Amino acid sequence: MTTAAAEPLVEVRNLVKHFPITSGILFQKQVGAVKAVDDLSFDVIKGEALGIVGETGCGKSTTARLLVRLLDATSGQIRFEGEDITGRKGSRLKALRREMQMIFQDPYSSLNPRKTIGSIIAEPFAIHGLHGAKGERRKRVQELMDRVGLNPEHYNRYPHEFSGGQRQRIGVARAIALEPKLLIADEPVSALDVSIQAQVLNLLRGLQRDLGLTLVFIGHDLSVVRHMCDRVAVMYLGKIVELAPSDALYGFPRHPYTGALLSAVPVPDPAGGRRERQLLSGDVPSPANPPSACRFHTRCPKARDLCSQDEPLFEDKHGGTLAACHFPLTPEEAQLSLPAALTGGYGAGPAVGEPA
Amino acid sequence: MTGDAPLLDVQDLRVQFDTDDGIVHAVDGISYSVAPATTLGIVGESGSGKTVTSLTTMGLTRSRSTRVTGRILFQGTDLLTLTGEELRRVRGNEIAMIFQDPLSSLHPFYKVGRQISEAVRAHRDVSKAAARDRAVDLLELVGIPDPHRRVDQYPHEFSGGMRQRAMIAMALANEPKLLIADEPTTALDVTVQAQILALIADLQRRLGMAVIIITHDLGVVAEIADEIAVMYAGRIVEHATTASLFASPEHPYTWGLLKSIPRLDTPRSEELVPIQGRPPSMINRPSGCFFHPRCPYVSEEHTRIDPRLEPTPGDPDHSVACLLAPPVRSEIWHGLIAGSSPELLRGLAVPAPTPVIAAPGPPERGRGA
Repeated sequence: MTTAAAEPLVEVRNLVKHFPITSGILFQKQVGAVKAVDDLSFDVIKGEALGIVGETGCGKSTTARLLVRLLDATSGQIRFEGEDITGRKGSRLKALRREMQMIFQDPYSSLNPRKTIGSIIAEPFAIHGLHGAKGERRKRVQELMDRVGLNPEHYNRYPHEFSGGQRQRIGVARAIALEPKLLIADEPVSALDVSIQAQVLNLLRGLQRDLGLTLVFIGHDLSVVRHMCDRVAVMYLGKIVELAPSDALYGFPRHPYTGALLSAVPVPDPAGGRRERQLLSGDVPSPANPPSACRFHTRCPKARDLCSQDEPLFEDKHGGTLAACHFPLTPEEAQLSLPAALTGGYGAGPAVGEPA
Repeated sequence: MTGDAPLLDVQDLRVQFDTDDGIVHAVDGISYSVAPATTLGIVGESGSGKTVTSLTTMGLTRSRSTRVTGRILFQGTDLLTLTGEELRRVRGNEIAMIFQDPLSSLHPFYKVGRQISEAVRAHRDVSKAAARDRAVDLLELVGIPDPHRRVDQYPHEFSGGMRQRAMIAMALANEPKLLIADEPTTALDVTVQAQILALIADLQRRLGMAVIIITHDLGVVAEIADEIAVMYAGRIVEHATTASLFASPEHPYTWGLLKSIPRLDTPRSEELVPIQGRPPSMINRPSGCFFHPRCPYVSEEHTRIDPRLEPTPGDPDHSVACLLAPPVRSEIWHGLIAGSSPELLRGLAVPAPTPVIAAPGPPERGRGA
């Protein structure tokens, strides 16, 4: 799915989004900018699941919103099926929206409480004038409800009658109603209970497989993103610091930030999970005033003088892994950041391996 | 589960709330104890009663519409019998609590240092200057850089991780013997979460406190708890040492939790096995075993008989509330970790003459609201 010859569905080039910071009440003038997304370039390959991970404020949600044109880019280019969509407006933008749909994080605030489930899921049809005949639209909506695991008889119920997991299913049904080519899921399970998360993740995986969807999956949970995605991009302060196939990224991280993230993930295995923690010191700097050159140098355990002077190139470091780092992790350092069970082969810990 | 006299001993605690819709059985007869300087993890989902348990320990659920029975013995004194005034002397002094959302737990109008010194002065007769010095020391203890400057800042000037550190500083102000941490890292990013967990573990070692950590994240408790209680629908369904719980979990709900989360240390292709349906209403609770509507291994008697939390045959420190026979449980769990689906393993639990495949599946998809 991720071979080099694969055809890109979306191509992002030098994408920048700065939110102005203004001061003054009557005569507002710009005094700075939050550099939410700063010079991103990546492709989304047809049929793949691309994950974007990062911590709060790294720009991952802004990237999602830029992709579906909910935000306008400050500069740079987004191409969809080879066509530049960065400046699309009006009816051509509306036509584009049939091709790309979004699932939001919060299943409570993303559904209109005064509409029935049926009319929420039918709204894309109404907007785009599809399935005009009343019976036909209802039939189509009920098919969708069945597809995402909702009871079609609940067509006339309201969102408050549904639990979080079911609401997220409603959001999924609405997003696939127009049979989009690209589905962008922005933290779709973060608001759900653990036992419910797996239901929604399995649903998304099944849909992606059955409908041949291309999925961009935004998340902060590295385990979830690994489970869902073929390739993963790691963002830090508005930049992609590492982009690699999942097995490569989780097996041999090259960027020290990726290593630190992986090392911080708690693993539910008291025997194999406890490992040398590389604790990052301090907090993420402000995106309004990011550090010079490599943005991670203020917290990086491997930083040297060069890191604060020269911005590292985003380049191939090892078998298809792209990373922006002057001093990438060595294999030994990378192993240290991984759960013991992973480095010792799968299932080495008692919780996942042999009977105790 | 250790030989020491427990610091906190909760016996058959029940908490009920009267509401317009009926009585909410938030906590339904739970018992556990915490020995000095140990960590108990309480794991459960929203609505399982884990937070109500700890709020009740702190005396924060008292109201006219709440009924609390049972005993909460702290160093031998039943906290439920204390008056409000007596309880106030314990709360924030010998037992302290940190909450999930550090932003809403700090007062936005007051400087962080003042809020910490307030916690000191509530229990100690010290001067304002001395309390402020203590606040600076505490901020330093929890790893806030430049505490002399930070003590005079407002909560909005702190990042999320630093606010949680400030909350911990406040909780530690009077060197509590027991710290209750209710989802202390849920609102935080993973690298900050790792910092906070390391901080709590380190402080526990240095100050010798007992810790109760409440979370939905099995990874978090695996890292820092000595023993774990799994709650479901207001009850403890499984209680064991951390090693034993992860090595040989006994309850189908625990299996569900373990198999439904993607984890870094299993193959990427491994399928997630979700728990079907959703947690029950705490007003109209299911008959029999509370988990039976979601349990793949349910049989007819499970809908009638309410299982008790009992020690497992091999390990007196490992208790479980499940009607399945212990050998069957062990067989199912080994089947699950070998990759079999609950549907296939169902046959082990239901010794019906019908073939496994023909058995009715688990309540599918949890439809309906």
